[in-house]
Amino acid sequence: MAETSNGAFEPKVTAFVCNWCTYTGADLAGTSRLQMSPNVRIIRLPCTGRIDPLFIVKAFERGADGVIVSGCHPADCHYTSGNYHARRRFALFLELAGFMGIDPKRITFSWVSASEGGKWRDVVNDTVTRVRELGPFTAYRELAGKP
Amino acid sequence: MRIGYYPGCSLHATSREFDESLRATAVALDVELAEIDDWSCCGATSGHATSHLLSVALPARNLALAEEQGMQEVLAPCAACYNRLASASHSLREDAGLEIKIKEILARPFANTVRVRNVMELYRSLIPQITEKSAGRLKGMKVACYYGCLLVRPPGVLAFDDAEQPTSMDEICRATGATSVDWNLKVECCGGAFSLSRTASVIRLGRAILEDARKAGAEALIVACPMCHSNLDFRQSAMTQSGETPMPVLFLSELVGMGLGLSARDMGMKRHFVNTGPIEKRATETAAQVAAEAAAKAAKAAETAAKATAQAGTAPAGKGVA
Amino acid sequence: MARIGVFVCHCGENIGRTVDCARVANELRDLPGVAHSVDYKYMCSDPGQSIVKQAIREKNLDGVIVAACSPHMHEKTFRRAVASEGLNPFLAEMANIREHCSWIHEDREKATDKAIEVCRSIVEKVKHNVPLETIRIPVTKRALVIGAGIAGIQAALDIADGGVEVVVVEKDPSIGGHMSQLSETFPTLDCSQCILTPRMVELYQHPNVKLITYAEVEEVSGYIGNFKVKIRQKARSVDADKCNGCGACAKACPNKKVPSEFDTGLGTRTAIYVPFPQAVPNIPVIDRAACALFRGRAKGLKKEACAKCREACSREAIDYDQQDTFIMQDIGAIVVATGYQLYSIGKDQPAGLTGYGEYGYGTIPDVIDGMQFERLASASGPTGGRIVRPSDGKEPKRIVFLQCIGSRDPAKGIEYCSKICCMYVAKHTMLYKHKVHDGQATVFYMDIRAAGKGYEEFTRRAIEEDGARYIRGRVSRLYRDGEVIKVQAFDTLSGEPILMDADMVVLATAMRPQPGIQLLAQTLSASYDQHGFFNEAHPKLRPVETNTAGIFLAGACQSPRDIPDSVAMASATAAKVLGMFSKDQLEREPTVARVDVSLCAGCFHCERVCPYGAITHLEIRDRKGNLVKVVADVNPGVCQGCGTCQATCPSKSVELSGFTDEQIYAAINALVL
Repeated sequence: MAETSNGAFEPKVTAFVCNWCTYTGADLAGTSRLQMSPNVRIIRLPCTGRIDPLFIVKAFERGADGVIVSGCHPADCHYTSGNYHARRRFALFLELAGFMGIDPKRITFSWVSASEGGKWRDVVNDTVTRVRELGPFTAYRELAGKP
Repeated sequence: MRIGYYPGCSLHATSREFDESLRATAVALDVELAEIDDWSCCGATSGHATSHLLSVALPARNLALAEEQGMQEVLAPCAACYNRLASASHSLREDAGLEIKIKEILARPFANTVRVRNVMELYRSLIPQITEKSAGRLKGMKVACYYGCLLVRPPGVLAFDDAEQPTSMDEICRATGATSVDWNLKVECCGGAFSLSRTASVIRLGRAILEDARKAGAEALIVACPMCHSNLDFRQSAMTQSGETPMPVLFLSELVGMGLGLSARDMGMKRHFVNTGPIEKRATETAAQVAAEAAAKAAKAAETAAKATAQAGTAPAGKGVA
Repeated sequence: MARIGVFVCHCGENIGRTVDCARVANELRDLPGVAHSVDYKYMCSDPGQSIVKQAIREKNLDGVIVAACSPHMHEKTFRRAVASEGLNPFLAEMANIREHCSWIHEDREKATDKAIEVCRSIVEKVKHNVPLETIRIPVTKRALVIGAGIAGIQAALDIADGGVEVVVVEKDPSIGGHMSQLSETFPTLDCSQCILTPRMVELYQHPNVKLITYAEVEEVSGYIGNFKVKIRQKARSVDADKCNGCGACAKACPNKKVPSEFDTGLGTRTAIYVPFPQAVPNIPVIDRAACALFRGRAKGLKKEACAKCREACSREAIDYDQQDTFIMQDIGAIVVATGYQLYSIGKDQPAGLTGYGEYGYGTIPDVIDGMQFERLASASGPTGGRIVRPSDGKEPKRIVFLQCIGSRDPAKGIEYCSKICCMYVAKHTMLYKHKVHDGQATVFYMDIRAAGKGYEEFTRRAIEEDGARYIRGRVSRLYRDGEVIKVQAFDTLSGEPILMDADMVVLATAMRPQPGIQLLAQTLSASYDQHGFFNEAHPKLRPVETNTAGIFLAGACQSPRDIPDSVAMASATAAKVLGMFSKDQLEREPTVARVDVSLCAGCFHCERVCPYGAITHLEIRDRKGNLVKVVADVNPGVCQGCGTCQATCPSKSVELSGFTDEQIYAAINALVL
């Protein structure tokens, strides 16, 4: 969570993306000069299969207001099947998120291929807009007794 | 078997014989046609030329009514109605935005669950019954199955048969004993709704169709579309040159009816412009011949059986008959 | 305390315009563990790299961050620079502040804030980076070529000429592929067999080539440099060692009415047959589906229904009881050259394709496809090179060619251009005119795509010298009118409908990948596109490689290709294979998973999720040799570094080098505070 000088809420969103599809797609968005919200920070991983759900929990714990997880489309995985494992893992995790006090609406799962710069921009903008409406994620701070 | 029935305007007007013959065959084949209560226009012709939204909303209303009245399937005999209902159902499945809009317009519950069928689909599912009940009554009669443009197209939407080389009508005709000839123009356009506005084109197109069917040796043209029927039947005199024999244009239901031995009068065949007398006579002839052949066969079988019994007297018991 | 150097690049104006690079460098300088932080106009330039190198030397750095473009762009560049100073290259990382920051934002303040945060996150990650050593794996210097059409033959010969052993597997009884069926080739009109058959013989006789025909690749395991390949040798029913190719068996065979695949059904062959006279190897095969003996056996007849071929064979080479056998080969690199099939225009189509009922292929005998025309025009074909109608053997005086049948027609299931049809149709019109001087060829086309050396000139020659009539437009229907085929079409240039008569119609059908190619791709762990063509690793920069290391692509298995393209690709794969084999050991990036055997409980969840089968079982024994436990172990040669095992491991005892939990959590912690 961060506030700008005029006091408006600016959400912080952490994105966990795979190296081959979404990271490259985000590169393409850059080379195509597609303007998008500056609220997202990308963490590059080899594959969505590498993404541990605890990364997401950790991001929220550290103050993220939203999380994006994105990788290769089904059947397009650079590593053949890492994204399938990720898909199952996150389907399960979404069920659990509510229980852990995280509104599932704060988490975006998407497939963005290396050729979908425009889709990446949409994912970024949509997530930021959605999280902005939801307001800051404070549950974990409150638990920790921090303001 | 019970199926929802959407006759559409044609079957209450210019193509009443389609309606009558269809109902007659339905009775013979144990199919109950439950007409949708309070049905309205399907949106063909002027409807879908005016507004896409209207062209979906009108069929959607009828499908919603069918759903309300507990129907899972609806039979739409007219090719244009069938095309409109099936296309609308397809568009609503594909386009979520459109679905929301249409539901607003309908102001009644609608889940788009009703499957739209045409006459060919219905009869095709009844081929075993038709084969049994007709007992090859029309054996030797040569017919050309004319599908026209609407019945099997667009292929993505009406995927029950090949769009360019359909065969379902041929299969149905063969079930009555008739021979369906192999010809070229079975999915060409007859001119459709241009009958009044561009009559010359319709006559040119229709003539080509009739000529090709005649060349293939057909005695009758079989259709399943009121528009095709009115073009080829009503305007046939203009399409035929002097000296050529007129070609009766029968609805598929009429042919099936003839195969089932129903009377032409019950099927409203007197309404045709091209005289159907000769083809009715021909049907009587083929039926008589088939009956005669069957009788001869039965007699022969009886004779063989008698012989066998006679022999069985001398042979060890029980073996000769088998 | 770490001693990390941060180097912020302006990329000229590209980053500098929206990100205040000096402020980024300044703010990072104050970060604990950052020993040096500067900005510079062009970091990737020679002076820029020198700045990095100099700082490593002078400031004794133990980690480097270059904040610039995407790591996909320059990570290798900077890692090389770092390595030249003796620092382990895996201690250098890039922070992407161009594609993911300066290029996509306009607000300078927000972009600068973001750049600082991105850099900080990478700095924290690098603090946990450890030196990694390049992995070296041994390499078996033997190549496998799958498919022996022109692409496979060329690839195999080039590799074999490089002094390396090559195993060639061909599914048909003879090598040669589609090219052996062609009459003449564009744009030179030289005879296809004349240029191909010498190459076939050369392959057969090459000392470095092991040719296995009538065989298929069944299983592939292992990894680059170390594949194990299981090949199914289908039963020929003929002992290849005894057979001398005399042909007496085929003469004796009573079933002479089997449609010949080689002659695309226009000619016939016997049940025991050699596909064509120049076949290599010249050893027959019994088509068991057509052979009376085998049909009899299938029916359960006790007596052999026929044994004419065995009686005719003087060398006792016929073996009715031959079974499929399996051949195992150790292979270092694989070239896939499985080629294409033509779009089947009849009614029966695979899912997604709708066929062309309107052209009556299969019902009108004089509507044929391009390959059938090749056989008619070929001197070795069923008519001896006379172009005649299959229906009545008459010479067609009016011939119509239809282009783009199946190609560029999304409504029929294929939207791509098959690339070769424009050219072979032009060739067909010329071959036709050269044989039927008073005939008229008409071509219906969408566009003429004649891009290639001498191609445009070739099509112009077809039109201007050989009088082919080109009409731009689609044909909507073909139908019979007596002996004549009516062609109903539309001329899109004049806007007029056309109804013309033809004696014969040739459909230029699309190229599709071979049937069963998906299965092969799965066997090879290579990917394919929605049409079933193999995917190349990069459409421009790595066109003959797949994403699976050690597997290469030649010819039409990758996309529609003509002969020159296929040959060029084949030679390119040979260069790749020979380059790979020029080293005794292969090097690869060390971003692979490692197991901490002291933590591993041996649940083997990792084994179940690993896409590569890289997890093996390792027995841990005490000093006396008693088994203590069985744990997971990673074969670094097989592991591709996806990290799925790590996210799956319940005890967190497997870690992906370069992306360890420690590194990622450090990066997350630095991002959001």
